[in-house]
Amino acid sequence: MNIFGYAQQFFDAPGQWSGADGIPTRLLEHVQYSALALLIALVIALPVGLVTGHTGRSGNALAVLATAARALPSFGLLVLLTILMGLGLTPVMVPLVALAVPPILVTTYEAMRGVDPSLVDAARGIGLPWWRVLGQVELPVALPLILSGIRSGAIQIVSTATIAAYVSFGGLGRYIVDGLSQVNYAKVVGGAVLVAALALATLGFFWLLGRVLVSPGVRRSR
Amino acid sequence: MSGGGFFEVPSDLQNTWWGLVGWQLQLTLVPVLCGLVIALPIALLCRRFGWIYPPVLGVATVFYAIPSLAFFVFLIDWFSESDLTVEIPLTVYTLVVLVPAIVDGMRSVSADTRAAAEAMGFGTLRRYFQVELPIAVPAVFAGLRVATVSSVSLVSVGMLIGNEGALGNLLSDALNYHRPQLAWDAVISIAVIGVLLDALLVLARRLLTPWARKATAK
Repeated sequence: MNIFGYAQQFFDAPGQWSGADGIPTRLLEHVQYSALALLIALVIALPVGLVTGHTGRSGNALAVLATAARALPSFGLLVLLTILMGLGLTPVMVPLVALAVPPILVTTYEAMRGVDPSLVDAARGIGLPWWRVLGQVELPVALPLILSGIRSGAIQIVSTATIAAYVSFGGLGRYIVDGLSQVNYAKVVGGAVLVAALALATLGFFWLLGRVLVSPGVRRSR
Repeated sequence: MSGGGFFEVPSDLQNTWWGLVGWQLQLTLVPVLCGLVIALPIALLCRRFGWIYPPVLGVATVFYAIPSLAFFVFLIDWFSESDLTVEIPLTVYTLVVLVPAIVDGMRSVSADTRAAAEAMGFGTLRRYFQVELPIAVPAVFAGLRVATVSSVSLVSVGMLIGNEGALGNLLSDALNYHRPQLAWDAVISIAVIGVLLDALLVLARRLLTPWARKATAK
């Protein structure tokens, strides 16, 4: 049987669409945890990125931080924290947030730095205070790039939340991890299909968000 | 059974610490090198035929979004639980990072430089290889750094598919035997390998672009 056969076997199985181990429950868990992690990462990274990008300071420190965070093995961190702290939300959230903060922070910084200085000068020249320069000029122009940073953070979170099933975390990764240990390949493939679909849906969501949030003028000039 | 030094690996892994490090390096570097070798012709094609670049970029974004564990699992059917099952997805991720890095790097070459190359009688191919590609080296290395460091970290996920995770295999023992030290061992070893490889790439970039140093020294 090939992977399409396995996938079909998984999705056709009775009871697959309801209950605590049903697809809707697992999907909801995955989305909830991912959204929470992304929210925390945004609260941390976005203000820092906006302000450092606006003032243009500490770019080197951010680059070092980004490299260090990328080198940190998130799966290892997940297992380590689970052993040290026991099962719970914190050992899962810490690696997820740590994973998403660097791309959001660094792209936001770069996006703000990349705003045409003549635009900022013009805004200052007509007497706008700094918060309006930031909010009404720099932010809208930098938004497409900022969104791409948030998107890569979100994708990484969705992807790593899958692995978190290994430390008894819910979500769609459960099917893959349980299936592997039960040698139930249909379950494994079904889980993988769902996870990949969710990742692609995340991609689509951010594409839509870009269409809605990015000002048409900025979009056209790109 | 508890305790043991940093470099002591439980016997069920049938490997030494150095063996795991070597394996980790193999699972990281083979994909990065393959990715680089495949990315170069693709990037040159995108540079030559500009219209294929947006669709290539779209396909790349989609592939990069597929979680590593799902990617590994899809390949088990063809390659069973082997090194290849881990190396192929990491190659694809590398490819996805490198192609845009190379294309954007080559595009950033100034029109003056390009015109100068043309005036010297360079054909398209010679201009790509002798002018645009060398100038793109810093951008290519930026991409290589991202690909390498994230591959080092992703290899450990291979542990989930039949202990194919090199140093990541320490993590399953850490959880099963409740030995946090093994998890520390894995996390520290993997992070150090990532930082060292990153430093090596920075060094290599400096050696390959002597002109950049001269420009900043002035």
